[in-house]
Amino acid sequence: MIQNSKQHDIDPADLRRKEKAAFAQLVNQNSDHIYRLGLKMLGNPQDAEDILQETFIKAYHHIDGFEGRSKLSTWLYRIAVNEALMLLRKRKGSVTHLDAGIEMENGDVLPHQIIDWCCLPEKELLSSESRQKIQEAVQTLSDANRAAFLLRDVEGLSTRETADVLDISESAVKVRLMRARLQLREELTVFFANRIVKENP
Amino acid sequence: MTHQHSLACKDILKNLSDFIDGDLDQGLCAEIEAHIENCHDCQVVVNTLKKTIHLVQVDGQETHLPTDARQRLFAKLDLDTYVEPDQ
Repeated sequence: MIQNSKQHDIDPADLRRKEKAAFAQLVNQNSDHIYRLGLKMLGNPQDAEDILQETFIKAYHHIDGFEGRSKLSTWLYRIAVNEALMLLRKRKGSVTHLDAGIEMENGDVLPHQIIDWCCLPEKELLSSESRQKIQEAVQTLSDANRAAFLLRDVEGLSTRETADVLDISESAVKVRLMRARLQLREELTVFFANRIVKENP
Repeated sequence: MTHQHSLACKDILKNLSDFIDGDLDQGLCAEIEAHIENCHDCQVVVNTLKKTIHLVQVDGQETHLPTDARQRLFAKLDLDTYVEPDQ
């Protein structure tokens, strides 16, 4: 999560006056987080860097649009998510992701795989091959579900803050988060179940 | 391997996210805990779901902006003189 205690040190008025030191502080405090969000949204470092640069360029030029109702970090996340979604739409054209798993009538994903892989040692769960799979699994999520999941579970925003960033209701955040979490669980269960079988043929 | 869902398990599922986030009221939370204690499948789903979130978080926390990308960012923003060492 972005260090909110440090956020108080930046006076938005200094940013509006285009004071370089204040802006540099904003960049230093938030660049890691914005980069990570871009990387996990887009799936590659070059796009993540583009999103990062674009986010701070927009923030610099549009600081007057920051009304102070949210934290500066939330405002930056909003710019970054919009940039990421725009890039994804441009890339994919009309291609849309289908949520994996079994969907209930109301669109909820039901757990399908019931295998307990928690017993696998942490070393194996976080091996380089496992990490690769974890990162790929995040990319299988729909763009909307992935954004909600990353903001809540990776960046540590509250449901309210996530709703603000995505401009949706809190209940919509919860639905997307739930679908994302369950789908990731399915993906990782299939992967780790195979590891258990390999270990105990 | 396929979970047959009883109504009770479906009810658990509806509240699963709030349950693991600790966002449920005490009564409902206790009911779910009681169900999970006696339902192996739900137990597995809860445990593997928590583990899934944990793994993605660990992987994410270890992602940092590379030094060269940080320098390019500050150069692009005309803030070269303010670039700090890695956070």
